[in-house]
Amino acid sequence: MIRTFGIILTLIGVAFLFFSLFLEYETPLELSGSASYYAASTAEDTGSANLVSAIVVTYRGLDTLGEVTILFLTSSIMSYMLKTKKARNQRTFRESSELLRTASALLVPFIILLGVFIFVHGHLSPGGGFQGGAVLASALVLLLVADPLYTVQSRILSVIESSSGFLYVLLGLSGLLFGAGFLDSRVLPTGRVGELFSAGLIPLIYILIGLKVGTELSNLLSVFHSVQGQDLMEDEGGAR
Amino acid sequence: MIESILFIVLALLALASAVVAVISKNLVTSIISAGLVSLLASLLYLLMSAPDVAMTEAAIGSSLATIIFFYVLNRIRAKEDSRD
Repeated sequence: MIRTFGIILTLIGVAFLFFSLFLEYETPLELSGSASYYAASTAEDTGSANLVSAIVVTYRGLDTLGEVTILFLTSSIMSYMLKTKKARNQRTFRESSELLRTASALLVPFIILLGVFIFVHGHLSPGGGFQGGAVLASALVLLLVADPLYTVQSRILSVIESSSGFLYVLLGLSGLLFGAGFLDSRVLPTGRVGELFSAGLIPLIYILIGLKVGTELSNLLSVFHSVQGQDLMEDEGGAR
Repeated sequence: MIESILFIVLALLALASAVVAVISKNLVTSIISAGLVSLLASLLYLLMSAPDVAMTEAAIGSSLATIIFFYVLNRIRAKEDSRD
């Protein structure tokens, strides 16, 4: 009883805090310092039609490299912790429904196409490497749900993942030699705003990020999928 | 006007499914309604003209996170079954 009362009281307090924030909030009519700079000169500086992509890849490129590294670390730690044994024991599955199997066979190619479109057009339309990669991984979700026995070629995934990460850093270093600094995108000509082959390195870097994020998330999923239904008695023996 | 009505309806739905996720005794219901919160949040982001955030939320929050929760739940259940 006292606990419920406390919870309700805390919720009311939090609501009161946020409500006072809401009351004080005014919609700013002008962009503040750096935002107005980005809005005014992104197209000129980088040739990217999508402001967010230009900020993520060029102006704040180092942060993006850090994010990709964190995701890589998470994925590799997961694969290490959830190691699977070579000899898979026989697993029985409820057969997935006809509807699901047909729909996934029909939809998966289009979902992959959408993911690739999102990261190739990162400098033109909303979205970019992270979003495209996540869409690619969600295609794998559909595949795994429709066919639980589907085996992911983790070797190919790891080759794509590591080579795209390596190329990403290499492209960043090329900015040091030919551009203004590390991860500068103006190594290639910026071209006309709004064309596919424009914005210097941004599309290339976003394609690499998309591949890297997509393979990392797919690897995470396949690791989680492969430990399902493993022999638990052996596991427990190890744990105790 | 229509936009703000839609906004309020979506926000209330998201709140309702969040409450369901917390108080439901069935874990499967909890996981699905937690995914629903993400899906509704991504619609809200879209209404607030943040399509990139909406894409990330829809793909990661509502699909990948939900499926990983299900994998973990499946694993926990198998463990509990083998103990009994």
